Amino acid sequence: MTMLLIYGLAVLALNILTGGSGQFSLGQSAFYAVGAYTTAVLMEQFNVNYALTLPIAGVVCFAFGFLFGQPALRLSGVYLALATFALATAMPQLLKLNFLEHWTGGVQGLVVTKPDAPFGLPMSQDMWLYYFTLVVTLAIYIFSVNLLRSRSGRAFMAIRDNEIAASAMGVDVALYKTLAFGVSAAITGIAGSLGAIAVQFVAPDSYTITLAISLFLGMVVGGVGWLPGSIVGAAFIIFVPNIAEGISKGLSGAVFGVLLFLVIYLVPHGARQVAILGQQLAGKLRKS
Amino acid sequence: MELFTNQVLAGIATGAIYACMALAVVMIYQAIDHLNFAQGEMAMFSTFISWQLMQWGVPYWAAFVITLAFSFVAGIAIERILFKPLAKAPILTNVAGFIALFAIINSSAGLIWDFTIKQYPTPFGSAPFLGSQLISTHQAGMVGVTVLLLLGLYFFFQYTRIGLAMRAAASVPESARLVGINTSWMIALGWGMATAIGSIAGMLIAPVVFLEPNMMGGVLIYGFAAAVLGGLTSPFGAVVGGFLVGIFENLAGTYIPGVGNELKLPIALALIISVLVVKPAGLFGRHIVKRV
Repeated sequence: MTMLLIYGLAVLALNILTGGSGQFSLGQSAFYAVGAYTTAVLMEQFNVNYALTLPIAGVVCFAFGFLFGQPALRLSGVYLALATFALATAMPQLLKLNFLEHWTGGVQGLVVTKPDAPFGLPMSQDMWLYYFTLVVTLAIYIFSVNLLRSRSGRAFMAIRDNEIAASAMGVDVALYKTLAFGVSAAITGIAGSLGAIAVQFVAPDSYTITLAISLFLGMVVGGVGWLPGSIVGAAFIIFVPNIAEGISKGLSGAVFGVLLFLVIYLVPHGARQVAILGQQLAGKLRKS
Repeated sequence: MELFTNQVLAGIATGAIYACMALAVVMIYQAIDHLNFAQGEMAMFSTFISWQLMQWGVPYWAAFVITLAFSFVAGIAIERILFKPLAKAPILTNVAGFIALFAIINSSAGLIWDFTIKQYPTPFGSAPFLGSQLISTHQAGMVGVTVLLLLGLYFFFQYTRIGLAMRAAASVPESARLVGINTSWMIALGWGMATAIGSIAGMLIAPVVFLEPNMMGGVLIYGFAAAVLGGLTSPFGAVVGGFLVGIFENLAGTYIPGVGNELKLPIALALIISVLVVKPAGLFGRHIVKRV
């Protein structure tokens, strides 16, 4: 359940970037890794409190995403996809570099200790972590909804729908595009640090391109640009591979693919379509 | 100096692989306007088919032709059955479809032929080519086939009616339909051709990287990178991009200290991104001006 919320957050972040500002990213796993490592290194090497590491991870990732957004400004569509893809493939290798090994533990990674519930609350560590994640996720969700409704959010959408028209309307395209990258990276980073605490372990090879691809699938299944869908998408990427494995061990990939195909045939716009259909149905029922 | 020339030659040899793959990527991009993530897996599957045929005693060239025909038909079938219903869905949904196709093909190939590495024969032999130790006759043959393929495609697209129709259908589908081109079938044809080219790439690469279900992973990434570097709108650019990526990757691995094999890929990708920042449409790509 905790992982569901964490992946939900990461999908949400991608949703803000792609659904909000229309930029496509396959590099989310890199931001996730940066967040996870920030937390792990701070907690284990510098004994910082776990709750404090979250905002720090957020800030670090925001800066990282904002900087990465600068060169990405000139690219769009598939070219941007390739650039972010490069980031995602480079990240595990960079984390393995020798001169960082002192902090990151190299290929071995780092073990993270699970925090106890504070104030002597009668809860197990897992339960406390779940509630902690829940609160963080809710806070970020409310923040994102408000963000997309704010002036900045409208600027994102204007850029998504038509960049030239948006700049003619006085939207600072460069600023808002990089800002979208930064915000998305920050949220992904927080998800990453929660993930590090929940899994109790960080290693370069947990953050490969596969992670970025599954986050992307989660976004598509949940519905691009529809924030509540993020949780649905996260559920899909966590549970469906397990179901596929359950149906057939050797063919789990094929079963997963077929299920994915079924989903995108039935609802090409993701869970959002289901929600809209449901609303229309409810409206009809009320009338009749 | 000799080290340098040798590395460049080795780069050209690996570059030929990437060029082949990039050509297939560009073909399908021309036809459907998307990058096909499952391209490598489709090529891998075709290669397995030809291997299976050879195991049954079919001679190399016969197997080659049968596989080409099979891939062509399979490409069209995949488009008709799986992707035509998605033609109106959002782009991102299509990309998810490619990923699904990737998973399906990869795991069924694993089930049918299992994951052990297999030897694959070469029609060109593997003796050193013109006395150079780094390029074998197979690799030289690969370069030759790539160039031939490129010339063939060039003439097909420039001088035949159907090639012209395909280009029209890809660049302005509405106008193409108005002048009576069946754009939907042109897309299917593009899939068929791209799959066939991919299968050629697969059969040429297999003797070098050996045959197994995951053989295409790395190659496809380089193929994409090469295609993007050369410009996704230009088959010629894709081939040049393929050779450039191959050469650069080898030189970076040799001359930049601390790069080694692990960091080769990120470095190559970083180079490509820096090229793209300067020339956003790739080296030979056309700039597409968007109307408001």
